[in-house]
Amino acid sequence: MSIVTSSLSRHRQLGLTDPEYELILDAMGREPNQVELAMLSLMWSEHCAYKHSRRLLRRLPTEGPCVLLGPGENAGAVDVGDGLAVAFKVESHNHPSAVEPFQGAATGVGGILRDVFAVGARPIAVLDSLRFGEAERSQRSRYLLERAVAGIGHYGNSIGVPTVGGEVYFEDSYEQNCLVNAMCLGLAPHGRLTRSAAAGPGNVVVLLGALTGRDGIGGASVLASAELGEGDEAKRPSVQIGDPFAEKKLMECCLELLDRDLLVSLQDLGAAGLTSSAAEMASKGGVGIDLDISRVPLREEGMEPFEIMVSESQERMLCVVSPERVGAVLEVCERWETLATPIGSVTASGHIRVLDAGIVVGDLPVEVLVDACPLYDLEPEVPASSAPAPEAIPEAPLRETLLMLLRSPNLASREPVFEQYDSIVQSRTVRRPASADAAVLALPDGSAIAVSIDGNGRRVACDPRGGAFEVVLECAANLACVGATPLGLTNCLNFGNPEKPHVAWQLVEAVAGLAEACEALGIPVVGGNVSLYNEAPGGPIFPTPVVGIVGKLPDASRAGRLGFLADGDAIALAGAFNPSHAGSELSKLHGRTPTAGPLPAVDVAAVREAHAAVREAVASGALHSAHDIAEGGLLVALAECCIAGEIGARIELPAGVDPFAEALGRAFVVSGPEHALEGFTVIGRVGGERLEVAGQLDLPVSELRDTHARGLAQLV
Amino acid sequence: MKFGVVQFPGSCDDHDALGACERVGEAVLLWHADPELHGVDAVVIPGGFSYGDYLRVGAIARFAPVMESVIEFARGGGLVLGICNGFQVLCEAGLLPGALLPNTSLRFVCRQVRLGVVDRESPFTHRCPEEISIPVKHTTGRYYSPEPVRVLLRYAHGENPNGSQDDIAGVTNAAGNVFGLMPHPEHAVDPLTGSTDGLRIFESMREYVDSHVLA
Repeated sequence: MSIVTSSLSRHRQLGLTDPEYELILDAMGREPNQVELAMLSLMWSEHCAYKHSRRLLRRLPTEGPCVLLGPGENAGAVDVGDGLAVAFKVESHNHPSAVEPFQGAATGVGGILRDVFAVGARPIAVLDSLRFGEAERSQRSRYLLERAVAGIGHYGNSIGVPTVGGEVYFEDSYEQNCLVNAMCLGLAPHGRLTRSAAAGPGNVVVLLGALTGRDGIGGASVLASAELGEGDEAKRPSVQIGDPFAEKKLMECCLELLDRDLLVSLQDLGAAGLTSSAAEMASKGGVGIDLDISRVPLREEGMEPFEIMVSESQERMLCVVSPERVGAVLEVCERWETLATPIGSVTASGHIRVLDAGIVVGDLPVEVLVDACPLYDLEPEVPASSAPAPEAIPEAPLRETLLMLLRSPNLASREPVFEQYDSIVQSRTVRRPASADAAVLALPDGSAIAVSIDGNGRRVACDPRGGAFEVVLECAANLACVGATPLGLTNCLNFGNPEKPHVAWQLVEAVAGLAEACEALGIPVVGGNVSLYNEAPGGPIFPTPVVGIVGKLPDASRAGRLGFLADGDAIALAGAFNPSHAGSELSKLHGRTPTAGPLPAVDVAAVREAHAAVREAVASGALHSAHDIAEGGLLVALAECCIAGEIGARIELPAGVDPFAEALGRAFVVSGPEHALEGFTVIGRVGGERLEVAGQLDLPVSELRDTHARGLAQLV
Repeated sequence: MKFGVVQFPGSCDDHDALGACERVGEAVLLWHADPELHGVDAVVIPGGFSYGDYLRVGAIARFAPVMESVIEFARGGGLVLGICNGFQVLCEAGLLPGALLPNTSLRFVCRQVRLGVVDRESPFTHRCPEEISIPVKHTTGRYYSPEPVRVLLRYAHGENPNGSQDDIAGVTNAAGNVFGLMPHPEHAVDPLTGSTDGLRIFESMREYVDSHVLA
C-alpha cells in the first residue's frame, strides 16, 4: 500500500474517515498538503489518539501515595524508597509480530526500553506476555512462537537488560492475530526522572541515534489501527527493523546526558516517528517546534518530506537542549558513537512547522495534531447468549487428569522459552523465572522490587468484568507470594474492533473490572497502552487485558519461593476458595469453548485479607514457600510446588473442593513449620519423592517433572 | 591488587564483572578507546556483544586501541581473564587457541551449569573446589580447537549446553596467564542472586597477583 495517492479519497486510504477529514478542513481552513495529511492521518489514528478508548480510560484510578509519574508520560513511575524510583510500562507490538515475528517482537522490546529510558530510568528488567494459536495443531503458531521468542531474546540479551518473567498461552482465537506485549522496568534516582514537555523558545531540538529510513512508514495507521487480513505479507515493509547495538549506545548516551543535566526534555521516537514526538513535546510544553527535515541524517536517498516526518526507523530519540549546552551534548554523543544532529528549535508559535532547507512544507497547529481528533463513545451491546449451559466435565481418575494438564501447552514448564533469555545480567535477579511466582530484583539498600505480568483471555471471554477483575487479583497474588506490596500497575488492553458492539461491550466491561479491582486493592494505574482491531477474518481475539504490577518487599533475602523446601513442613491452603470450571484449563482440554457466564464470585475483603496474610508471612520469613492457585486449580498448584522444590508431598484434599476447578488470585498453597501456618487450613505434609493424595493419587515427582518439562519443549 | 575491566560499546556484563572484582580487590573500568591500562594488575574482558558482534563475535573488539595494550600486557605475563564475549575476543586476538562456534541448538541458552575444575593449580583456579556451579548465557559458545589445548574447566557429564568439543568450558594459553571461559563467574558471587562459586576464580587471581607482587 502506498501512502501517496492522488485521488480525492487519499485521506481514506490513510485511515481517516470522511467526517474526520471534514473536521480537519474546518480546523485548518484549507486543504492539508501531502506532508500535513500524512502527519494528521497518523496522529489521528487509533494507535496515537486512543480515540475509541480515551474516555473509557478515565475510569481507571491513577492516584496513589507512591506515584511519581502517572499516565501521559513515556512511562509511569513509583517511589521505591532510598531516593529511587521505578519507571515501568507495558506496550503491545501485536500486528507487526503477526506479520514478521522476529523483528516485530524485537522492536517491541526496543520500543518499550526507549519509553523507559526516555524518563531517565535505566532499564533493569523486561517481561513479556505472549499469545499464539494452538501450537499443537498450527504450524504457523509454532513458527510465530519460535521467531517471536528469538526476537525478544535477540534484543533484550544483546542490550544487556534481563528478561525476568512473562507468560505465554495458546488459544485458537490468536491464530491469525498473535499478541506480543512487552513490559520494561527502569531504575532512576528521583532527580533524574525526566518529562517530555518541550520548553523555552529558542532552545535547540536535537535528533539522537539512528539514521532515518523508509522503514515503518504508516505503521501506526496501516498496521496497528486496522484489522489483519489477506495479503498482510505485503505489509512487511511497514514493520521496523531493530538494532540492539545502536540502542545500547543510545541508551548509555541518553542516561549520561541526563546524569550531567544537559537536557531540557527527552522523548523517544515511536509510532509516527518525528511527527508524534515533536507534537507531543510541543503539546505538553504549550509551545511550537520548527523542524528542518533537510538536516535529518537519512539512510537512503530521495526521501520525501512526508516520509521523513513519519518514518518509524528505530533507535532514535528527540531532545530539547539550551543553546549553550549543545556543544557538551554533541561531545557526549560522540563518545558513545551516537549520531546527534540539531534539526530544529522550540518556538512560541504553537505550531509544528516542517521546513525543507528553510522552505515551509508543512504547518500545523499543535492543537489540531494532538487535541482536535474526535473521541468516540463506544456503542456497547451485550451479546445475545445462545450457547447452552456447559455440560459437566466427565469424571476421570486424578492421575490421568493431572498429567494431561501438566503437559498441556498452557500449563507445561516455560523453561524452553525462559532459557532463551538472559535473566541474570545486571546482577539484581534474586528470583529467576520459574523459581517464584513473581520476579524479584534487589535494590542497593537490601530491599527489593517484585514484578509480575498476567492475563487470561479465556476467562475474560466468559465474563469480561469478572475476568479483568481476576487478572488484577492474580497478578497481585503473585506479588504476595514473594512478600511484596503492590505499588503501581500498568496495563495493555488487547481487544478486537471497538466499532463492533460486542467488542465495545467487552472493552467497557473489562475496563470497569480493572478499575474496580485496582480500587479494591488500592493499586494506582500509572500508565498503559491500548491495542484495538486485533481481528482477522476469523473474528476477534479473546478480550485480553494484560496487567503488570510492580511491588516492593523490605528484605531481598526473604523473597518467597514457590517450591516446597523442607521435609516435614506442613502444607496449607490460604484464602477463601470457591472455584468453578467456567473457562478453566480442564474445560478447554475437554473441548469447551468459553461460554458467557459469571466466574466465581469474589469476596473482596477475604481476598485482601488472604493476600496480606501471605505477603506478611513470606516477608517475615515465617513461610518456606508460597504459590497462588491459578490455572489448573489446586492439584496443579501442588504439583508445581513439588516439581520446583524437587520434593514430594502427602495431601488430604479439603472436602468439596474440585481439585482442577479455578478461581484465580484468591487462594494460595503455602508451606512451612506448623506453627507458622496458624490461621491457614493445613492439608498435608512435605516429604518423600511422590505426590500422594489420600486414596486418589500417587505419582513420583520425577514423572510430574518430566511430563511438565515435555509439554512446551516439543513445540519450540 | 587492582583489576581493570574493559568496556567496549556493547559490553553488557561490564558492571557485573566490576562488582565481582570489587568483592576481592580494587577495580576500574578501562575504556575501549583508551590504550592506557592505568596500572592495573589484572585485566578482565567481560561478556556482552562488543560492537554488536557484527561481522563475527569478538572480531571487531580485537582491534580496539585498548586491546593492543592488553595483548602487550598478556605477553609480559599479566593475568587476563576473558568471560563469554571476552573469551571470544581473546581467541580473535590470538591470545588463546581455538574458536567459538554457534551452539548446536543455534539458540541462546541461559542456565546454571555444573563444571569440573580440571586443573586446580592455575593462577585462576587454585582456590576452586573440584566442581563448581555457575551460569552460562550465550549463542556462540561451542569451543573448537584443532590443536591440543590446556583445559581448565569442563562441563560436567550431561551438562554441556552448546556442543563444545570434549565438554570444554574454559581454556588457558601455554604460559598459563590468559584464561577464557564461556560460563559467567561474575554472576556467581552473591548468595542472594545465585551461587558463590564464581568468586573463587576472582580470589584465585587476587592471591596469585598478591603473592607474585610480594615475591
